[in-house]
Amino acid sequence: MSKIIEGLLYSESHEWVKLDGNVAIVGVTDFAQAEMGDITYVDFPAEEDEFKAGDEFGALESVKASSELYTPVSGRVIAINKDLEDAPEKINEDAFAAWIVKIEMSDKSELTNLLSAAAYSQIIN
Amino acid sequence: MEVILKQTCLHAAHLALGARMSPFAGFDMPIQYSGIIDEHNAVRHAAGMFDVSHMGEIFVKGPDADKFVNHVFTGDVTPLGEGGILYGMLLYPDGGTVDDLLVYREFDGAGFLLVVNAANIDKDWQWLCDNAGGFDVELRNASDEWGQIALQGPLAEDYAVELLGSEEIREIAFYTFMDLEAEDGSRVILSRTGYTGEDGFEIYASHDIIQWMWQWLLDAGVKPCGLGCRDTLRFEAGLPLYGDELTAEISPVMAGLSMFCKLDKPEFIGKDAIAAQKAGGVARKLVGIELQDRAIPRAGYPVELEDGTPVGVVTTGYHSISLDKSLCFALVDSVHAALGTALFVRVRKNAFPGVVVKKRFYQTNYKK
Repeated sequence: MSKIIEGLLYSESHEWVKLDGNVAIVGVTDFAQAEMGDITYVDFPAEEDEFKAGDEFGALESVKASSELYTPVSGRVIAINKDLEDAPEKINEDAFAAWIVKIEMSDKSELTNLLSAAAYSQIIN
Repeated sequence: MEVILKQTCLHAAHLALGARMSPFAGFDMPIQYSGIIDEHNAVRHAAGMFDVSHMGEIFVKGPDADKFVNHVFTGDVTPLGEGGILYGMLLYPDGGTVDDLLVYREFDGAGFLLVVNAANIDKDWQWLCDNAGGFDVELRNASDEWGQIALQGPLAEDYAVELLGSEEIREIAFYTFMDLEAEDGSRVILSRTGYTGEDGFEIYASHDIIQWMWQWLLDAGVKPCGLGCRDTLRFEAGLPLYGDELTAEISPVMAGLSMFCKLDKPEFIGKDAIAAQKAGGVARKLVGIELQDRAIPRAGYPVELEDGTPVGVVTTGYHSISLDKSLCFALVDSVHAALGTALFVRVRKNAFPGVVVKKRFYQTNYKK
């Protein structure tokens, strides 16, 4: 059983979003990391890059395959989790602690397009 | 159309171990158990075992067995002694590859065993039958009768000694095999071969005996390993996979495997094409590329020059587990295939710099 955390928002492409004021903290779900297996590399965007909701902003590489990352909200990257550059396996260890990027949102109304924990749980089960 | 996947004799054992299963070559096969990195490291540093029962076993017997095998196979079986094994290919007349395989010379003049890729069993069988005209041989596809375990790693020999209760098996040299008899009288073939770059054995036996051996090895502490790490291990050791590095379009010369095509033999199917390719060169060659970044090249990604000119394509790529480098095999225009050539691999939006290196990325540890 994959872990799901109440209070976060979720995308259908298996990203999670935690809100901190106007900033969206984005990672991938426990379901996604379990599907991928051992993650060996995070292909990050650059800080200051701007994306629209649904854009590909990077990728995770497991031993076997690469999986694109899609930003759940529009905005500007203000931070990337540099800890993951040398230790991408932290995503496997705790996917909800290992955030990947922080995005300063340009349109908070987009959050209504994301899924609740309960709705996301329906998708993966 | 519903595709019914075949199951090996160890299928229930994989499910009991909680393996992640996936279709491969028409079989429902284990991709991983504990994880690809963990399993990979077990084979490099201790011992791991793979269910390779999906591989094909074709027996060739009869007065013309030597002549027939030399006709279809790129290697020369004439100097091969009983109990000896050769690696080589079946080729089309144009030099394209039907399959790569191992040829075992049986004891007591009993002909040969051909061990072929699971995905190619039906194709190879048809190819062999189609080309057997005029030869006094008896062919038998026994693929469904045999199970196979690959026991690989520096501790494989010790486990094999315990499993089989025989110190004698330590003396089996690389690329030779021994016949043993199971308690029920069935035949067991113990072959010092593998697909990992480590010492080890491939054990062929009846389904019952293979099931018993798998459980024994599991209880003894050998780590079950899936097809996921089978690919990362063979890749590091510079070994080709049919379908990626050898195909109907990729000849052994292009793949850098022409040493397995014995042009001093009187004839074999594809000999003229291979001779012409060796003399006149080939348009593309398989190379190893080491990237200077952690970005991971994957099969199908373009290989380019610095100015973006496409010169090839990746066939297999990983971030190497044992070497901690991003590496790939790529088929590139021959003019750019020399060791040390600077090439770029496009990974999504960016082209990452790399350099052509030897395909055997990892220092193999074969015995003898």
